[in-house]
Amino acid sequence: MAEATDPPRETFRLSQLLYDARYRSMTIQVVAAILIMLLLVELVDNTVTNLAALGKDIRFGFLWSTAGYDINQQLIPFSSQDTHARAAVVGILNTLLVAFLGCILATVIGVLAGVLRLSKNWIVARIMTFYVEAMRNTPLLIWILIVFAVMTEATPQPREFREGGGASMILWDSVAISNRGVYIPRPIWESGSGIVVAVFVLSIIGIFVLRSIARKRQQATGQQLPVLRLSLLIFFVPTLLAYFVMGRPVTLELPELGGFNFSGGLQIRNSFIALWLALSLYTSAFIAEIVRSGILAISKGQTEAAFALGIQPNRTMQLIILPQALRVIIPPLISQYLNLTKNSSLAIAVGYMDVRSTLGGITINQTGRELEGMLLLGIFYLITSLIISALMNLYNSSVKLKER
Amino acid sequence: MNKKVFLGALTVAGLAAGAAAAATIDDVKARGSLKCGSNEGLAGFAAPDANGVWQGFDVSLCRAIAAAVLGDAQAVEFVPLTSQTRFTALAAGEVDVLVRNSTWTFSRDTDLKLDFVGVNYYDGQGFMVRNDIGVSSAKELDGTTVCIQTGTTTELNLADFFRTNNISYEPVPVATNAEGQQQYLAGACDVYTTDVSGLAATRATFENASEHVILPEIVSKEPLGPAVRHGDNDWGDIVRWTLNALVAAEEYGVTSANVMELAAGPTANPEINRLLGTEGELGAMIGLDKDWAVRAIAAVGNYGEVFERNIGEATPVGLARGLNAQWTEGGLLYAPPFR
Repeated sequence: MAEATDPPRETFRLSQLLYDARYRSMTIQVVAAILIMLLLVELVDNTVTNLAALGKDIRFGFLWSTAGYDINQQLIPFSSQDTHARAAVVGILNTLLVAFLGCILATVIGVLAGVLRLSKNWIVARIMTFYVEAMRNTPLLIWILIVFAVMTEATPQPREFREGGGASMILWDSVAISNRGVYIPRPIWESGSGIVVAVFVLSIIGIFVLRSIARKRQQATGQQLPVLRLSLLIFFVPTLLAYFVMGRPVTLELPELGGFNFSGGLQIRNSFIALWLALSLYTSAFIAEIVRSGILAISKGQTEAAFALGIQPNRTMQLIILPQALRVIIPPLISQYLNLTKNSSLAIAVGYMDVRSTLGGITINQTGRELEGMLLLGIFYLITSLIISALMNLYNSSVKLKER
Repeated sequence: MNKKVFLGALTVAGLAAGAAAAATIDDVKARGSLKCGSNEGLAGFAAPDANGVWQGFDVSLCRAIAAAVLGDAQAVEFVPLTSQTRFTALAAGEVDVLVRNSTWTFSRDTDLKLDFVGVNYYDGQGFMVRNDIGVSSAKELDGTTVCIQTGTTTELNLADFFRTNNISYEPVPVATNAEGQQQYLAGACDVYTTDVSGLAATRATFENASEHVILPEIVSKEPLGPAVRHGDNDWGDIVRWTLNALVAAEEYGVTSANVMELAAGPTANPEINRLLGTEGELGAMIGLDKDWAVRAIAAVGNYGEVFERNIGEATPVGLARGLNAQWTEGGLLYAPPFR
């Protein structure tokens, strides 16, 4: 009968928690976790106790009381008789507006600057280097204030647009650049304009369909369609036809000088322009560096191979380098978008009424609910950032290397 | 074991919180200086002079409190606060007293857990415009752009005024008086609105002050006064009665020039005697010595002297006493009896 010998069973001793490499890391993690939890408990408890000592409690009822203040830029109607909650929503929309437009402009400028910095043209490359370093190495707040100062000090006052004043409107008297903001014509939507918009949206979809047909056709037969010319045709003709058939339902309201100010038209406030431009310019410098690093990450052989096949330099960039560089570019780009969104909270410096100025500023100040307001503000920025991250991650997974 | 540590942490936190809520007077004495929340710069009310020494109407009250409590009018640390940060700073204990053109309102006194202990300037909100825009009444301001400091009562009054008069405006929010001044001078807004005293003080710093006019309408009551944290009544008493001492001193004719002489021995007026500590034990009742009021008055002068020196008609700010005259002269200043 064969005798099976078990290996000697190891007994667990307490000292192993410290001296045995298998358990040590776990011990350290558990201790660290407990310490962190204690710190959090201490923080929360300290806050609650101190608030209680001041006689304050944590309540969110203030959100439903009357705000009592006015907001200049409102994407949804708001009057001083509305609630603090609605004021917060107005602020949130203003934040999202400047963040959205800022991300777009920053990307456009950033990609241009990043590509041009690698240009073979010495002057262009140096100018872009200077631009990137100047923007990147100075605080954002300074740029916001500089753009704002230029917009308010260097532009004419509305009254100078009067007869005999030194200023005049541009673009056939339709746009006025004043120190209150830029006034542009506003479209007036009359009945029937819905159809025109629908036709416009359909023709945009049509352009995408055309592009996909053209690509398939090229892949199948090698023949190219004149995509640009056809696209322009689809873009303009149906919409213009619908516009005239429906009896020109969309008209433009031009800004006109009223008593103290321009009335009519759409006012783009200086505070918005300053914040938007400064955020875009500042972030574009970082994006330029990300784009440059992405392009440099693609081996030079790719370019040389493309040139050897006789592909023009701009087509090489467009079809070969950028699609591959995107894989490197997208992940750090996400953090730049997040930065831009969060940096938009510097809006108060120029009086732009974003969520930090409404909920986190005036509301907190008028109601004395600092903790609640700041909590809500933190949650808002957290959720917004997570959504941006999620969307960008989706895009990232669509451009990243497909491994099969 | 975990639970024990947890409870221990709770206890420590509780003790820390308890210590934070200790009496302000003890903190001030232990520190040897008074932390006074003040304006970031408003000529005549609170602004550093050419030598970096804070001067002004509100500043004088802080100095009087420091003189009464610590015996040294210079032992004040001025903490400049914006209109948005002032109440949070006071509630969080960053300053001992807030003397910063702050309006006494119901919700600030109750919900914000502050205590306004008196009024040192009776004010009201007004509007300043350039002469050449041709406006003589605030009701003609329809369609104007208005610069307004955020986080103030004036912001709310402004909304109310334009709404009740059914006229429209465009608010341009600014964070500080300096920013508002710059925007207004650049013409980014037609109108600058704040308390009339603030408008006068701001206009006094303009190069061409005469090109600007303050419209006659006063659209609100703005009783400006010192505020302390709610719940520390002993400290509140000291601030309240220091202010009252300055007001009473003017009423009884006690000035910085004659206060030493009057305090040398009992005078014929028992009110003066009790105020200056030559009779009775009023100082001990608020936890100070008997000369507290003497030191306050000697340091900054009585209310009238403080007013005339900083914002009176002889100064660039040029404010008349108006509502801020003694009750005997038709004003609202009325110190309760010292007894």
